[in-house]
Amino acid sequence: MAAHRRSTDDPVWAKVLIIGLVLLFLGLVLVLPLAAVFAEALRKGLQPALEAISNPDALAAVKLTLLTAAITVPFNVVFGLCAAWAVAKHDFAGKSLLITLIDLPFSVSPVVAGLIYVLVFGLQGWFGERLIDHDIKIIFAVPGIVLATIFVTFPFIARELIPLMQEQGVSEEEAAVSMGASGLYTFWRVTAPNVRWGLLYGVLLCNARAMGEFGAVSVVSGHIRGLTNTMPLHVEILYNEYDFVGAFAVAALLCLLAIVTLVLKTALEVAQPAVRGRSGH
Amino acid sequence: MTAETAIAIRPRGRPLFRRRSAIPGFTLTLGVTLTVLSLIVLIPLSAVALKAAQLSPSEFLAVAFSQRAMAAYRLTFGAAFVAAVINGVFGVLTAWALVRYEFPGKALVNALVDLPFALPTAVAGIALATLYAPNGWVGSLLTPLGIKAAYNPIGVTIALVFIGLPFVVRTIEPVLRDLSDDVEEAAASLGAGRLSTIFRIVLPALGPSWLTGFALAFARGIDEYGSVIFIAGNMPFKSEIAPLLIIFQLEQFEYAHAAAIAVVMLAVSFLMLLIINAVQAWARRFS
Repeated sequence: MAAHRRSTDDPVWAKVLIIGLVLLFLGLVLVLPLAAVFAEALRKGLQPALEAISNPDALAAVKLTLLTAAITVPFNVVFGLCAAWAVAKHDFAGKSLLITLIDLPFSVSPVVAGLIYVLVFGLQGWFGERLIDHDIKIIFAVPGIVLATIFVTFPFIARELIPLMQEQGVSEEEAAVSMGASGLYTFWRVTAPNVRWGLLYGVLLCNARAMGEFGAVSVVSGHIRGLTNTMPLHVEILYNEYDFVGAFAVAALLCLLAIVTLVLKTALEVAQPAVRGRSGH
Repeated sequence: MTAETAIAIRPRGRPLFRRRSAIPGFTLTLGVTLTVLSLIVLIPLSAVALKAAQLSPSEFLAVAFSQRAMAAYRLTFGAAFVAAVINGVFGVLTAWALVRYEFPGKALVNALVDLPFALPTAVAGIALATLYAPNGWVGSLLTPLGIKAAYNPIGVTIALVFIGLPFVVRTIEPVLRDLSDDVEEAAASLGAGRLSTIFRIVLPALGPSWLTGFALAFARGIDEYGSVIFIAGNMPFKSEIAPLLIIFQLEQFEYAHAAAIAVVMLAVSFLMLLIINAVQAWARRFS
């Protein structure tokens, strides 16, 4: 802090007022809901909360959520790397249209995201009858949940990688290729080390959304306990059954996921300032 | 520099639509990108339009703009707008405090701003519903004042304030950080008071990014579902949001009706996307 006030410093009373207002607002809007989740989960003590989490239906929901994320995140990593390689390392017509289309899922309501897969794979959908003939279930089953989750998380990793790889330019890759390195070798040895932190950042955000998605998954899931319930859907069911301790106990688990995500994200931003600042989702 | 290298290496006689680069893998990666994009996003999205097209124009209008649907749009757009305005005010203050001031717990506040990005919407939904219910921590304070927050349009707005906050803060923050204080010093040295400097120099410079953040928060608010439905109460004509109407139609197995409402929502979403892109292009000319 400067010893004497510069002309661009605000008066102390203004600082105190603004910081006070901000803390009050953030406390009310962000901290209070977070605190309420843990308070409600522990309302009857630790034991009922732990029982709610270790209940077989809850464990099945945890498993399905982990499975969904375990498919969605690697899928989006491969897609994001392909898209970023094509867009950032090459020039072609229609590039900005392609970037807009990749971003499109961010502008679609989660409920509409679920609806489109019901229209394609549902009973009255394009492939509905054919799927029944072959006894394949997509809607009200795990594949539909995974598809809807992939849709809502589709842009996360690509939009993290594309600007990062554009900033880094092509000279390093061109040097490697001109010295005889293959494309794949160039990717592993030159590009991958340059983008790994940005990729990790994208993975963090993608994973948080994949595990937490509610609207899209709720439309395609069918809410079958123990079978097609992810953790957020399990929270909804318990809440609607007035099992508040159970609902908030599972919700508290999801809060821990969010907190871990934020801690890792902040650590990454401090350690690697270059990955920071591509928000907007 | 990189463009020159690319030209130097480029062999002659390549297709016009892309400038040839020495880096391999273009066909493969673009092929994968376009295939996956089509299968996951574009083709399924087109199903909404095709399904809605099964309705006759008069049927479409009757479903998409029924009185109940109009009430839902009014609530959705109105609450999203009010929430974006609230976030517009407090988002600027938060960004200002984070960029310009030092205070204890600043790092924590900075991390916390992104909580709505990381917290599952259903969790936010049940937490807000419990807080603002008549017997909740906040609701029990509001009830004696005659304010009914939960199960009301106010509740919808509260949920959308939660969801939209980081969009405004994170859009304004980098612009504010890059804003050189030379201009402010110049204004001050020419005799402008601090308030006049802020209102005539700083805020106009933040205008485009503020508008972008506002539009992003508004667009997200229109589409939001999970954090809203628990606190909304979901009474038709009163506290039912547009996305919920789609679910309602699906539960009646009226797929074409659901698609009709989805078409309206998609049209608004894409309009917002165009506006946001235009504002961002405009903002870029300022920086």
